[in-house]
Amino acid sequence: MKIAVIDYEMGNLKSVTNALSFLGAKPIIVKKPSRLRGDKIIVPGVGAFGKASQNLRPFGSKIEESLESNIPLLGICLGLQIFLEESDESPTDKGLALMKGKVRKIETNLKLPLIGWNNLEIKKKNCPLFKGVEGGYVYFVHSYEAVPEEDVVAATTEYGRQICASVWKNNVYGTQFHPEKSGKLGLEILRNFLEL
Amino acid sequence: MLCRRIIPCLDCDLAVPGGRVVKGVEFKKIRYAGVPWILAERYYKEGADEIVFLDITASHERRETMTKVIKKTSERVFVPLTVGGGISTVKDARKVFNAGADKVSINTAAIENPHLISELAEYYGTQACVVAIDAKRRYINNHEKVADKIIVDTPQGSCWYECSIYGGRKFTGVDAIKWATIVEELGAGEILLTSMDKDGRKDGYDIALSKKVCEKVKIPVIASGGCGKPEHIYEVFNKSMVSAALAASIFHYESYSILEVKEMLSKKGILIRL
Repeated sequence: MKIAVIDYEMGNLKSVTNALSFLGAKPIIVKKPSRLRGDKIIVPGVGAFGKASQNLRPFGSKIEESLESNIPLLGICLGLQIFLEESDESPTDKGLALMKGKVRKIETNLKLPLIGWNNLEIKKKNCPLFKGVEGGYVYFVHSYEAVPEEDVVAATTEYGRQICASVWKNNVYGTQFHPEKSGKLGLEILRNFLEL
Repeated sequence: MLCRRIIPCLDCDLAVPGGRVVKGVEFKKIRYAGVPWILAERYYKEGADEIVFLDITASHERRETMTKVIKKTSERVFVPLTVGGGISTVKDARKVFNAGADKVSINTAAIENPHLISELAEYYGTQACVVAIDAKRRYINNHEKVADKIIVDTPQGSCWYECSIYGGRKFTGVDAIKWATIVEELGAGEILLTSMDKDGRKDGYDIALSKKVCEKVKIPVIASGGCGKPEHIYEVFNKSMVSAALAASIFHYESYSILEVKEMLSKKGILIRL
């Protein structure tokens, strides 16, 4: 199975491609929108929303075409955030708007960035990403949270209150955590995506 | 809520092909512990929350060996990997990121060129930039006034903490606690805080230091130096707000498995990923 991993110069992709290879899939790093094809598409990404928005924009129409052809899309971390409409981090830059809502700075007295293993609470038990997953700890690194304005939150995590850990809308999936860095449980979630 | 993290640290001597894990005592004497990626995979399977590789040789020719170590590790180990030792430019960092590292840890280069912290944060995100601080106690007399230093009361007396660079070989005069607040402002995502007084002595972490730095910064702090038994990890988690505890020798020589340590901590009420 060929998995297109979009390289839009937002952090390193190695961890994601390593995990995909480990699971028996064939990751293909895609740098040009014209070359975006695969059985599934992953948008990884760490870094700032503004730069991500600018760098990913050229892929926008290709991503929409793929979704229309029923190709599943997974955004990881910043890759999830960029699926929303906009972010406090860079108000002038737009997201892909695949779902309604914004990305907001996490308001908390707790430590930021939120770095480490946090509990996953599955909200949508029928979400294919969490097939056979009861919950458990996964690895998060972020300072901003997705605040969708439609019913797409598939899982949450507790950081003073419940915040969005995963989204699901039709063929669009997103994880705020890093499944490729979340040990066995993370690999299980990635495998679920590969098996869609 | 976030779990406290247990981070095994592999001090790597890369002067031999493939590298080897070693452990120093108070930054000096050396013992050998094994092949880096084999140990790393064992720790991953035992439940390590993250793994740190420190290149203690850190000369340029040997950087390739570290690249190989990370590449081999990252193919089979799916928790965050941090690489430190001798990284002084974004280009150095890029090499280890491309090999599969998730974070780099910088110490000497950060002090000599603080701008590097911001640069790394900008290119790879703050989460990818760990600043390591090697802190040495400088005791003061009761009546002595030390201008511009943050004084901490420890069971052994009042002291300030001095930053050391070049693997403990050079002292800088820089106040470690003040430096912690500066690196936070510059964009560090975490602080790896090593007590030079405690390192290798196996009689517990420097609690006073850990507490003080956690009070001063909002970013996560990793306590390092002094762990000789699981109770020491409990103590530093219980008495300070550190997000993670780093240890080397208690895991290397199979005195304790990571799972055993985590189970013990969990039983004592520390939130841990099991």
